[in-house]
Amino acid sequence: MTRKTATALAAAWLLLGPAAAHAHLVNTGIGPVYDGIAHLFVSFEDLLAVIAIALLAGLNGPLAGRRMLFTLPLVWLLGGLAGTLIPAAPLPLAPATLSLLVIGVLAALDIRLAPAAVAALALVLGLLHGWQNGVAMAAAGLQATGLVGTSGAVFVVAALVAALVVALRRPWTRIAVRVAGSWIAASGLLLLGWALSGRA
Amino acid sequence: MSRSRTRPLAMALQAVAALALAGLPVIAQAHEQSGQAAGFLSGLGHPVSGLDHVLAMVAVGLWGAQLGAPAIWMLPVMFPLVMAFGGLLGLLGVPLPGVELGIAASAILLGAMVATESRPPLWLAVLLVAFFAVFHGHAHGTELPPGQSGLLYSVGFVVATGCLHATGIAIGLIHRWGSGRIALRGAGAAVSAAGVFFLWRALA
Repeated sequence: MTRKTATALAAAWLLLGPAAAHAHLVNTGIGPVYDGIAHLFVSFEDLLAVIAIALLAGLNGPLAGRRMLFTLPLVWLLGGLAGTLIPAAPLPLAPATLSLLVIGVLAALDIRLAPAAVAALALVLGLLHGWQNGVAMAAAGLQATGLVGTSGAVFVVAALVAALVVALRRPWTRIAVRVAGSWIAASGLLLLGWALSGRA
Repeated sequence: MSRSRTRPLAMALQAVAALALAGLPVIAQAHEQSGQAAGFLSGLGHPVSGLDHVLAMVAVGLWGAQLGAPAIWMLPVMFPLVMAFGGLLGLLGVPLPGVELGIAASAILLGAMVATESRPPLWLAVLLVAFFAVFHGHAHGTELPPGQSGLLYSVGFVVATGCLHATGIAIGLIHRWGSGRIALRGAGAAVSAAGVFFLWRALA
């Protein structure tokens, strides 16, 4: 095995291999649905990913925003259910890292995408993060109904952010959204570094 | 319904709402997590803790304001990405020779650009800023205190850097006035002089 191959394999293992789940599972004391809602707001990697895809969808117009809005929460829920039903090791950092990086760069560069492409990105993002949530909830012995709360919170956050971006009219406000995209991508890139170095 | 009858009803509803809020299980919302807020605050505070980083970041904003559109927004969009790439290299243990020299040189050159009001082609301005961003990311993006969240540290670090750019841009808006233009060039010269001091310190 060459040194390059060994490095690539080690990097892939660190990025994709099972590690301690960084699931921020919240016990609100008022039921699993509320636990699920609270979960999104204390899981910054999930919240940031939702904001990123909503920014991108908003930059691509109302139709892309609507496609994203009705895809993301649904697949988040489905991915989460799959995660609770299929026993698997969590992938703590891979979804967060890659989704923040890819979607942040697309928003920063203000790349025009077809609504179907935005929906496809939302699909992948929702499945990955939902799966992550589901696996963590199953591992912690929590009820899967919490995923309903998380998906609902995803819907609300995505709707508010995408609607805000769609409504922006002044040129500088669009630039501010792009700056936010670049910040999200930069955070994702640094998170990739933390993941690969095993220090996250 | 008359106004006099609705007022007691509204007051009763407010009292019920207040009681309901007071009765919510606030303590149960506590969840066992550590290092989240601390990570963010560490990241937020790190860029402003080093004068070399602060001056270079503000100089990027000043220069962007001098150059005007599209550099005024292209530099702050591009800088965090390239800086994060530098941080990635640092986290992976990829050595970057002369990091402190690169940071000092960034203050000297970016300050000089502002002082001389240089207007190179956009690609050259972006390339220059990107080149120095790698050094800043390599040096500052990797210093996560133990037990803190890497993601939150990264977000705080990037946000603080972006705010320094925004500060530079805001200051740079004085460029539209004649006396402001002179003051801006003076500020660039001061940044450059500080860069010489950082270089001397790095070489000492």
